[in-house]
Amino acid sequence: MAEGTATTLENGIAVSRARWKYLDNILNRSGPFTDPDSFEPGETIAESLARAKVLVIGAGGLGCEILKNLALSGFKDIHVIDMDTIDVSNLNRQFLFRQADVGSYKADVAAKFVEKRVKGVKITPYCGKIQDKDEEYYMQFAMVVCGLDSIEARRWINATLVGMVDEENPDSMKPLVDGGTEGFKGQARVIFPTMTSCIECQLDMHAPRAAVPLCTLATIPRQPQHCIEWAHIIAWDEERKDITLDTDDPEHITWLYQKALKRAQEFNISGVTYSMTQGVVKNIIPAIASTNAIVAASCCNEAFKIATNTNPFLGYPGTDNYMMYTGDESIYTYTFEHQKKADCPVCNPDALARPLTVSTALTLQEFRDTLAEKPELQLKKTSIRSEAKTLYYVQPASLEEQTRHNLDKKLSELVEDGEEVAITDPAFPTLVFKYKLTFN
Amino acid sequence: MADLPPPVQGPTAKEKKYDRQLRLWGATGQAALENAHILLINSGPGVVGLETLKNLVLPGIGKFTIQDSAIVSEADLGVNFFLEEQQLGRFRAEATSSLLKELNPDVEGYFVTEPVESFLTRPDSLMPYTLILVTAPIRPELLSQLSAHADASLIPLLYIHSVGFYSHFSIHLPPAFPVVDTHPDPETTGDLRLLKPWQDLLEYATAKTKGMEAMGAEDHGHVPYIALLLHYLEKWKQEHGGEPPKEYKEKTAFRDILSKAARTDNPEGGEENFDEAVAAVLKSLNSPEPSSAVKDIFKRKESLALSAESASFWVIANAIGLFYAKYGVLPLPGSVPDMKARSADYIELQNVYKSKARKDLAEVVENVRFIERSSNRPTTIEEKDIEAFCKNAAHIKLIEGRPFHVVEAGQPIKWGDKAKWMAQNLASLFPDYLLPLYIAFLAWDEFAATHDKDGLGGAPKVPGETDQQFDSEKTTGIALKILDDLVKDAKASLDEDELSTVRTQTSDFVQELVRAGGAELHNISALTGGLISQEVIKIITEQYIPVDNTCIFDGIRSKTAVIQV
Ligand SMILES: [Zn+2]
Repeated sequence: MAEGTATTLENGIAVSRARWKYLDNILNRSGPFTDPDSFEPGETIAESLARAKVLVIGAGGLGCEILKNLALSGFKDIHVIDMDTIDVSNLNRQFLFRQADVGSYKADVAAKFVEKRVKGVKITPYCGKIQDKDEEYYMQFAMVVCGLDSIEARRWINATLVGMVDEENPDSMKPLVDGGTEGFKGQARVIFPTMTSCIECQLDMHAPRAAVPLCTLATIPRQPQHCIEWAHIIAWDEERKDITLDTDDPEHITWLYQKALKRAQEFNISGVTYSMTQGVVKNIIPAIASTNAIVAASCCNEAFKIATNTNPFLGYPGTDNYMMYTGDESIYTYTFEHQKKADCPVCNPDALARPLTVSTALTLQEFRDTLAEKPELQLKKTSIRSEAKTLYYVQPASLEEQTRHNLDKKLSELVEDGEEVAITDPAFPTLVFKYKLTFN
Repeated sequence: MADLPPPVQGPTAKEKKYDRQLRLWGATGQAALENAHILLINSGPGVVGLETLKNLVLPGIGKFTIQDSAIVSEADLGVNFFLEEQQLGRFRAEATSSLLKELNPDVEGYFVTEPVESFLTRPDSLMPYTLILVTAPIRPELLSQLSAHADASLIPLLYIHSVGFYSHFSIHLPPAFPVVDTHPDPETTGDLRLLKPWQDLLEYATAKTKGMEAMGAEDHGHVPYIALLLHYLEKWKQEHGGEPPKEYKEKTAFRDILSKAARTDNPEGGEENFDEAVAAVLKSLNSPEPSSAVKDIFKRKESLALSAESASFWVIANAIGLFYAKYGVLPLPGSVPDMKARSADYIELQNVYKSKARKDLAEVVENVRFIERSSNRPTTIEEKDIEAFCKNAAHIKLIEGRPFHVVEAGQPIKWGDKAKWMAQNLASLFPDYLLPLYIAFLAWDEFAATHDKDGLGGAPKVPGETDQQFDSEKTTGIALKILDDLVKDAKASLDEDELSTVRTQTSDFVQELVRAGGAELHNISALTGGLISQEVIKIITEQYIPVDNTCIFDGIRSKTAVIQV
């Protein structure tokens, strides 16, 4: 494309190609690592980049960065989904938002800001849940870039995209680029649904923190956090069960803080603070602009390479697909190929049941509690049925009522040794997790 | 009414805004950020420096200044987020500074549009700044000047490249840059002194394990695991001539004794406190010997030859060195991990550790006060600083800052004592160090040092701006010469195969750099700006451990490497 040629885009904004001078150096030239079979330098690449419709999930710390990066990488048709509104504690890193935006929808504000700043890009926001949308909606995109703080949402979109793959139709395979951060740590990964390891295959890499046993909270607290959890889980229900706890309501946090502080004093425990109360109750994960910038840019760099073939990308089957980042002690990255798991219920719905040894002492409810903490499962609202019968269903309400009495029964009374159970969770309606139980 | 909790101090507006970062570096780190004034000397497309500043303005750095004499061009708008259409033709420094300032009203932003050459000739022009970022390309004589300033004023200086899919930065820190608050992982770094217990701890263990065989299930299952370990250690020592388990085999044997001692005739089929004791054997039964890096700090000249002007770090280091010389251990940190125990027993155990830690601290404070008097120090060091040092003494870190390479046209690179390491690792063909990419960047700098845009000695011209093929060959030639000089310098002998592989790797990296023709890719600059801002935060807050001293990023394979040059 000659310099100075103006391209008129759908939304009527004329932008000179001279603006993309730097990007064009890469698009119009081959390098030592470009694959001549997939990369033909020239203007068709810029055109296909402009046509590629990309979906960004999340408009928070990572999402703001992702939208900016994709817009300045030559993508022109970007959609963004986020259900959240802007909170004042977002402003230390979510740079598309200002004090005056607090309370507005993130997706709306972010889309408008980037459209205004980067002329010629069209950003379509949707303020809602990813679960509101169906396969037909997701089918329109060339790829999905995910910057979420919720594991549940990641697993949902992963299962949806893997489930959409139709071997007859290569366009049904949507690459998923996913980033996540916590403090100075993070990861960026690329998933080619059905071809590479998926988010469900990798679930055990992000083990949930073990919950403090209820008896510790109730009778033998030792840490300030135990006193806060006690106030949160036990005291609130005892004293204020008619009020729904709103962790964003300062009055509620203050109440919990004072309760926790009093309990801590009774047990001679020091260290309960307002900030700690907030952190424990809201499960706050530290977050900074730097790490978000690193992880989001890594995701967008991969998305750009996938869309243009300007260089090899992560996730090409048989090559690295996962970059782990740590920045608190010097800088360390580990980039590797995560292998697909044969028993992954997403990649392989017909997989054999995974073996699981359980104690004969466990009740069905206690068994359900372990399912929430198992790194490869992390399911909070499980329904369980054995080969012979329904053991417990969380919904519909009538079935829940009929099966509730089983919760206090010993699992060994309900299931034979060696029997298979099927576990489901309404968060992932298409998935069945199968286990073959052995009692010890 | 003594049992009423004090009135709630809700978070301030600032604490609310910065909540997610205060959980990482606390109020002292935040105060340090707010006292900093960062200078960015910008050049090229100028994105990486701004993306760095963005991540510093957001968390509330005090002030920033952008020096940049470029005028906003059409091409800037396609790669730089902190510019707008209507700013075309204006000074880039002014435009970017004003859009960055919008991100955080607490931050003061300034700009300098004067060319860097004349800006640097003014005496005192660098005086206000507490940290300097400089992006390539820049004339070598100017970079040398900045490096000399960093040396003389002990101001951290970072030199940055972002070219196509690759980036690099080197950090020039003061010759002794100590960090006390390194934030070690609490899971792996606890120091319980089980092999060097003191009287109170032994008495605690004896009291809690007394008559253990006869204890009821509840009591037996709630003996704190530290008491269990000490109890069984005493038994072991009686049977092993007073020696604790030392070798791996002995430790696993000791672990078996513990597992067998747990009661299993209960519904759970075991006891959690015994499980914790078993899990702690390999991790906690180590003699509390400080690392050689920490002992080296006590022996350094800054610590031994103290004056009235010595930094407080060295005074405390000397005081702790004296403590170590006397007792053969560091002051006790005093923290105890959570464990299965009754509340009162656990709090009692915490107090045993805390009071020992306080006693150790008191002795170190006494040493500090003695040093202060004998060196006529005008101010006293705050006790909370001494306490922080004592708590983390085993994990303090000293980085020995040094200048990075400034490429001078026609001059060979001075590898100094790093030549051998570089040559050996090049020969090992271990790709993870990305050494050939570092050499490619040096060659890129030498090309820029010997070419200018107008042929009049003005702005440097970088390889690939106009003629990719020609510049590729030329820059590859420079890179291979640097490589050969390095091998000669190190007196290393690489065999034909090794040498030819390293030459191919180097020339591939050069070609990819030249392909970019000086272009920054927004993603690579955003990522690199993330890395650099993180390092700047670590340096300014003196928390966590910064890169020592060079980081390279390969955006094709998505890998970083940290090397010392
Ligand atoms: Zn899978």
